[in-house]
Amino acid sequence: MAKNALVEQANGERTRTGNTVLPRVDIYETDQEILLQADVPGVAPGNVDLRYERGELTLHGKRAARPQTGEAILGENEAGDFYRVFQLHETIDASKIDAELKQGVLTVHLPKHEAVKPKLVTVKSA
Amino acid sequence: MLVTRWNPLEGSWLRQMHNLHEEMNRLFSRWNDWSGQSFDVATFPALNVWEEDDAFRVEAELPGLTMNDLEIYVTGQNQLAIKGERKVAPPQKAVQHRQERHFGKFVRALTLPSAIDPNKVDARLDNGVLTIVLPKHEGAKPRKIEVKA
Repeated sequence: MAKNALVEQANGERTRTGNTVLPRVDIYETDQEILLQADVPGVAPGNVDLRYERGELTLHGKRAARPQTGEAILGENEAGDFYRVFQLHETIDASKIDAELKQGVLTVHLPKHEAVKPKLVTVKSA
Repeated sequence: MLVTRWNPLEGSWLRQMHNLHEEMNRLFSRWNDWSGQSFDVATFPALNVWEEDDAFRVEAELPGLTMNDLEIYVTGQNQLAIKGERKVAPPQKAVQHRQERHFGKFVRALTLPSAIDPNKVDARLDNGVLTIVLPKHEGAKPRKIEVKA
């Protein structure tokens, strides 16, 4: 269940121009949901485009262009939008996906379908 | 590939120290290639620095942090240090499938190429990006000299 539930798609080709960078993500799984946390520093609330289509979750975080003043004397980060695609397993209830952005961290809750949540069976004594 | 810009015959010792610092950062950042599992603590947070006529602008990506998690120091005439801790808060009873984000304590120190005015340093944290503006010391600002006819 672990690896199948949320798999990053590696073979997608982008057709749009402009530099993009991969956000770093942590992925957790509980009985109830898959939890994805992505670092998207510089993305303001309202500038995240998160869409689910045909089993794919696409994350696109838009960043404002850096002001072009002065001379760059040290450059360790690449500029550009954050972009990453994940494949969701069918056990995710896509209609209940919920996300929030706080201080440059995007948290996406991907709840599991009721049918696949673990159920505790009470064993009655005879 | 390591591109060296080290040139001991050029510039002041300050500039040379700066170049050496940059070189070291670049050396460590070579482990920073995107393998998904690498944990390049040596360069966290990554910094971008711009030099303007009257100030330096430093940008650090610090997602999830607040100003309370950060300490910014200016020492000497041109040293900047950013210190802090990013605390990890994993959900209860969860299995972790992927871990790419940085957590824990960090410190980055930077030597700027010219003297700054420590009393006028300004820092802001917006959407996980720390921007520090360090105005140059009066003596270090470029001055235009009028040439008399």
